[in-house]
Amino acid sequence: MGLGMAAGMAAGAAVQREPDFMIHGVVKYTIGGHELWLTTTTIGMMIISLILIVLAILAKRTMERATDVPGTFQNILELGVEMLEKMTQGILGKNARRFANYIGTIFLVILFCNLSGLLGLRAPTADYGVTFLLGMVTFGIVQYQGIKNRGVRHFTSLFEPIPLLFPINLIGEVANPISISLRLFANLLSGVIIMGLWYGMMPIFANIGIPAALHVYCDLFSGCIQTYVFCMLTMVYINDKME
Amino acid sequence: MNFSGQDFIYGCSAIGAGLAMIAGIGPGIGQGIAAGYGASAVGRNPGAKSDITSTMLLGQAVAETTGLYGLVVAIILMFVKPFG
Repeated sequence: MGLGMAAGMAAGAAVQREPDFMIHGVVKYTIGGHELWLTTTTIGMMIISLILIVLAILAKRTMERATDVPGTFQNILELGVEMLEKMTQGILGKNARRFANYIGTIFLVILFCNLSGLLGLRAPTADYGVTFLLGMVTFGIVQYQGIKNRGVRHFTSLFEPIPLLFPINLIGEVANPISISLRLFANLLSGVIIMGLWYGMMPIFANIGIPAALHVYCDLFSGCIQTYVFCMLTMVYINDKME
Repeated sequence: MNFSGQDFIYGCSAIGAGLAMIAGIGPGIGQGIAAGYGASAVGRNPGAKSDITSTMLLGQAVAETTGLYGLVVAIILMFVKPFG
């Protein structure tokens, strides 16, 4: 907040309010003497979960009474499932069906989180706690598949070209979840900061119309691309461990 | 002009944040090269435009990572203030 105050003083009377792109605590509670907060990330995640649950129930109802000539909503659902199958089969091949559920789930969650900036929420994926967890889940699945499909070779392959390269191979293995989570986090955070600075520090006439173009780039374009990249890289990492 | 050691550390952190953003040069060059080759590929084979575009965007998003590491370092220096 120090930066906001300093910049506010520099810009003088043109400033309406302080730029706001931080995570804020909303509700404070204590468990076993630890002070914990429900933050804006938690609230945003709850809202997105609610939206996704409602969408899932609606989708199930629609598909139970599926008709030969699909209506609008059924059409969208079928299109989405077809795109998911195409995306997973392009990389995972014959194993696509086993991972389509997981990939579809994280795709929807990350997509809705990234687009929630359009609803005025602070995007939950602009919090490293969320993206690091997503990265660790990917890491867990990759390691599990590696041990399951390759057995001991999963560990011996770390020494593979020559044993001298073991530290580099180990770093290459551990860096994967950190790199995909940081990529998602930093992209969304830069979008949130740009939007926060624009809304907080520009004079009032600059807040009419122009932010729409910024939202298209920072939220829509960047968010969709990063969602796609996260799912793609998850599948690529899994596919590396399949044979 | 009188300032404390704390102010000096904050000033140096701000300079360091600016220096960290030099990392933005690399991804810019890399993404430009990828876009250039993507354009020439579309020129040679316009039928495969959608495949080329998605491959190019995926590669660019991956190439962007090093620049984003620089951005994360800059943001940590500016807002988390690890040395103050």
